[in-house]
Amino acid sequence: MGQPGRRQPHLMIESEAFLQALRRGDQQAFAKLVEEHSPSVYQLALRMLHDPQEAEDVLQETFLNAFRALPRFEGRAALSTWLYRIATNQALMRLRRKRPQEVSLEEPWPSDDGDFPRQFVDWCCLPEKEFMTEEVRAELRRGVEGLSPALRSVFVLRDLHGLSTRETAEVLGISESAVKTRLLRARLQLREHLSDYFADRIKDGVNE
Amino acid sequence: MSEYRQCRDLLGDLVDFLDGEAEKALCAAIEQHMRECDNCRVLVDTLRKTIDLYQIHPSAPDDMPPEVRMRLYRRLNLEAFLNPPTS
Repeated sequence: MGQPGRRQPHLMIESEAFLQALRRGDQQAFAKLVEEHSPSVYQLALRMLHDPQEAEDVLQETFLNAFRALPRFEGRAALSTWLYRIATNQALMRLRRKRPQEVSLEEPWPSDDGDFPRQFVDWCCLPEKEFMTEEVRAELRRGVEGLSPALRSVFVLRDLHGLSTRETAEVLGISESAVKTRLLRARLQLREHLSDYFADRIKDGVNE
Repeated sequence: MSEYRQCRDLLGDLVDFLDGEAEKALCAAIEQHMRECDNCRVLVDTLRKTIDLYQIHPSAPDDMPPEVRMRLYRRLNLEAFLNPPTS
């Protein structure tokens, strides 16, 4: 983390004057912040939680917390990263309440054989219409819901929300290599889940 | 030259490879290994397809519903800034 005066230029998406207005509680500046960032915060919460009501709660809590914390916001990270961090923490708390058991994530790869690929059915060449069904959409959703909160947050931020490895690391407060390890584990688990589903489809003769 | 004596060794490099961030030599080694090992070829292809499917079927709409926006502004005491609504 650098000093406030040595911020990296590409992280500076808002002007210093705007940040100062936010810090002193200027309502118009805060409304601008909300207007600009609320859609993506809501999207992130929905992608994490799959529940519109919970996503809305997270959205509201994020901006309430942000408003309280803004006087202390130093501008080391972009405002979007900072808001994502608050929202992700809120969403993770909710996920962990539902699913308290969490496997250790800090072991080096390969951590255990649980993530090691088992299913090697090649389902890529199925007819395109096989991938466009509501059933597939439901399987994708189930796959994400099967991920532990820590893997889910990395997958959502990186692959669904389109953040870079570095941004994801900043939001979650973990190293870039931890992001990559968790992303790999998340993708492998999702692939395994979909492979089981499509292997059954192939066995049932969709690929005649 | 394939550097992957065991398929397990390849896994750790797959994120960079799939995201197009791997160096040329690494890409070449992975591609070479995929030509020699059918399981790893299937693994990489289905991993790529898995990521593609999540892009095809987004889990959240692009827009925030107007009523969600309205309730947010109310909760934050920002009603005065509600108009004009986002398009």
